[in-house]
Amino acid sequence: MSELTSLRIAEARDLLEKRQISSHELTAAHIAAMEQARALNAYLVETPERALKDADASDMRRKKGETGLMDGIPVGIKDLFCTEGVETTAGSRILKGFRPPYESTVTANLFKNGAVMLGKTNMDEFAMGSSNETSAFGPVENPWRREGDNRPLVPGGSSGGSAAAVAARIAMGATASDTGGSIRQPAAFCGIVGLKPTYGRCSRWGMVAFASSLDQAGPMARSVRDSAIMLRAMAGFDPRDSTSADLPVPDFEAAVGRDVKGLRIGIPREYRVDGMPAEIEALWKKGCDWLTAQGATAVEISLPHTKYALPTYYIVAPAEASSNLARYDGVRYGLRKDGETLEEMYENTRGQGFGAEVRRRILIGTYVLSAGYYDAYYLKAQRVRALIARDFAQAFENVDAILAPTTPSDAFAIGDKADDPIAMYLNDVFTVPASLAGLPAISVPAGLSAAGLPLGLQVIGKAFDEECVLCIAAVLEAEADFKARP
Amino acid sequence: MTLIEGRTGSWEVVIGLEVHAQVVSNAKLFSGASTAFGAEPNTQVSLVDAAMPGMLPVINERAVEQAVRTGLGLKAEINLRSVFDRKNYFYPDLPQGYQISQYLQPIVGKGEIVLDLPEGTTRTVGITRLHLEQDAGKSIHDRDPHKTYVDLNRSGVALMEIVSEPDLRSAEEAAVYLAKLRSILRYLGTCDGNMEEGSLRCDANVSVRKPGGPLNTRCEIKNLNSIRFLRQAIDYEARRQIVLIEDGGKVVQETRLFDSRKGETRSMRSKEFAHDYRYFPDPDLLPLELDPDWVERIKATLPELPDQKKARFQAQYGISPEVADVLVAEREHAEFFEEGAKGHDAKAIANWITGDLFGALHRTGKSIAEAPIKAQSLGRLVDLISDGTISGRIAKDVFDVMFDTGREATDIIAERGLKQVTDTGAIEAVVDQVLAANPKQAEQFRSGDQKVVGWLVGQVMKASGGKANPKLVNEILRKKAGA
Repeated sequence: MSELTSLRIAEARDLLEKRQISSHELTAAHIAAMEQARALNAYLVETPERALKDADASDMRRKKGETGLMDGIPVGIKDLFCTEGVETTAGSRILKGFRPPYESTVTANLFKNGAVMLGKTNMDEFAMGSSNETSAFGPVENPWRREGDNRPLVPGGSSGGSAAAVAARIAMGATASDTGGSIRQPAAFCGIVGLKPTYGRCSRWGMVAFASSLDQAGPMARSVRDSAIMLRAMAGFDPRDSTSADLPVPDFEAAVGRDVKGLRIGIPREYRVDGMPAEIEALWKKGCDWLTAQGATAVEISLPHTKYALPTYYIVAPAEASSNLARYDGVRYGLRKDGETLEEMYENTRGQGFGAEVRRRILIGTYVLSAGYYDAYYLKAQRVRALIARDFAQAFENVDAILAPTTPSDAFAIGDKADDPIAMYLNDVFTVPASLAGLPAISVPAGLSAAGLPLGLQVIGKAFDEECVLCIAAVLEAEADFKARP
Repeated sequence: MTLIEGRTGSWEVVIGLEVHAQVVSNAKLFSGASTAFGAEPNTQVSLVDAAMPGMLPVINERAVEQAVRTGLGLKAEINLRSVFDRKNYFYPDLPQGYQISQYLQPIVGKGEIVLDLPEGTTRTVGITRLHLEQDAGKSIHDRDPHKTYVDLNRSGVALMEIVSEPDLRSAEEAAVYLAKLRSILRYLGTCDGNMEEGSLRCDANVSVRKPGGPLNTRCEIKNLNSIRFLRQAIDYEARRQIVLIEDGGKVVQETRLFDSRKGETRSMRSKEFAHDYRYFPDPDLLPLELDPDWVERIKATLPELPDQKKARFQAQYGISPEVADVLVAEREHAEFFEEGAKGHDAKAIANWITGDLFGALHRTGKSIAEAPIKAQSLGRLVDLISDGTISGRIAKDVFDVMFDTGREATDIIAERGLKQVTDTGAIEAVVDQVLAANPKQAEQFRSGDQKVVGWLVGQVMKASGGKANPKLVNEILRKKAGA
């Protein structure tokens, strides 16, 4: 059984194809493993009956030879994605008990491709957090532990449940979403691959909104190839999302295994931040050497506005969130806490329905959009955002992709940064710039920290050039030969 | 200039209107839900309109086309790039917690409307802008003492907000402006103009000043849903402000409601309690970019609009500006006129339409499409007058029968023997009869007193049952006087 849960998606796909295993067996093995791993709190909702039913249906399809890209592969679905008839809370009390009468485009695409849903994975409330501690339903534990230290660690966030599930072998892959690093940072903390596609590659329809201009769905998996397979099954133009890109979906998997000879890899000077741990810097150098050894050229580049990325992000994202979350008002669905007046009902509902971090960001967002502050904050942030995007555009005139660390540290202990929002926000320092520019970026596990925890390297590519990102990531993956398990 | 007399002298009222016109469209502005009026509550609501989690707006091309068409009809600049913004506020009938509207970059810029004023003059009023926005749902407070019901059928319906410059100077002008705008929208087919169903609503910004002096603080009167209320509200509000200022008070910038039962405006909320709407560009929608060729194609399909039609009617049919105004106000009326004028006396047709036909339609509550008299039938009636078959007097009776029965004039005339008597001998006999029966008047008449001519003609007509040709009666009478 443990063998089945250790398979990668590509391996399972081949075994299924050769009828050496069935989706039923594969799914049952994962369901059994999920039961054993409940302490992680990775899943908010488990859907074993449905999973087995869908697995059986997949096995039937296979008999008829009508299989999709992910047929019979059991996956976790981040609770941000609306799933028809299955509770969807986005990690918030305000949506407790909400069962959408519709299916998000991304999950619909996955299911059309035969994927089997194991359950809904835990997450930071409304995807606001870098540690999964803001979930209304308790934090997720990282399956990894520091050497000689049994304190539970955070899996990162906001896609912490998805990352922990994939790392703990209780999902072969999982959907995730990235607004400022919510795919890449938890992937790095949990020693798996996380791919944030170009903004517009995956439809946002049916995905609970955090910050509309940044939110982008992507896959988490245990190999670069697996994330390529999964992205292809998730992506595609959707006329129901005006920001979705009307482009064909390439065979991303074909990019895995291409060589990097002749590619120019940018090493951004500004990512060498003060106080960066030596082991992170060393890993970065190592990644650079791996690629040059394979025939790529490393080029130092400058992204001069990098230092403004974090403050810009923490204006733009809360501004959009403050408006996006206005619909949770107790009137039509979700939690309602009555009051004597309409205002009291709003205050009670939203005061009790939202957690502290969500309330903080709504307040920040409301403030930066207020009359008299709009120009100084929101408008200026938008201008800086354009400059950050221009930095990348100029850099990409000379390089094919950019290599950087994913995070400034390895995973920290639950509770360590929970009371210090600034320290928490600093986790996103390397991931936020690509989010602001809407660029594709991947995190690949590349080594272990001194404490024995996974560290990730990040590859950032040109818009809609996920193939280049995947090809470089696959080389890093091969060179790093990351075999460690939690 | 229309001025209002106050205690301290004359005052000028300054008015700008913001009109919300519901777009005639197949679906809502950002969702595919239907927009039919009068449906059961909450049956015309999509997941987007109810603001379910993760739902996204997608612009309705038809609504954009209608806004562009309207802009072109208002001779306005079409902005090839416009932006949708979110206007944020909480209310139960606003499911998203924000209204998607256009704030800094509307789809249509400056334009104009020419007003035809009652004294026969025209005045050009500037249009500041037109933008697209979503309507809210409806909150119903009067069904239950403690509860509010919400109907989301209207939520998300496409509206055009059309803002005028503060160019209007009286309640009358404001009324003419609104009527003219409504007429243009109906010609264009972009808004049905139905104020009772709320398809057209109006907010009025009103201030008063000494003639030509600096502008004063204004008040905004919200949601006026008839031209009559618009007029009443402005008149009341202007008076209120004049009395307030003359008594040493100051006008406070505020939103006011018009109470149609009491005929007065009252404060709704003042500026210090005004919402901070926190406008920002909607990140779910890309800027709206229009292809100039597409705009040109729409331009090519514009119908002839009231102003053009009025000018053409005057030139082509020789009718007066006042009659032309009345005829072109509604496209259907203008079309009826042109149909009736084909091969018939256009001026006479115009007078019949604006007089007897409108009177009959008004009396019976019918629209022109429902008129039992077809345009060509009216044309034939007019012919029967001009060729002397019937008199104008008799024609009125024939018209009434036509309107009641839908029958042709010739049939009615034949059946009832209404054909005009043009036999000189027969008329002469009646004239002699009348002169003989009224010796006193006959004497007066013969002695050259012209004052009794009219009376005698009347008597002859009466005696002939209205059928005598009045022209011939006159001629014969005069001949006899000379004799």
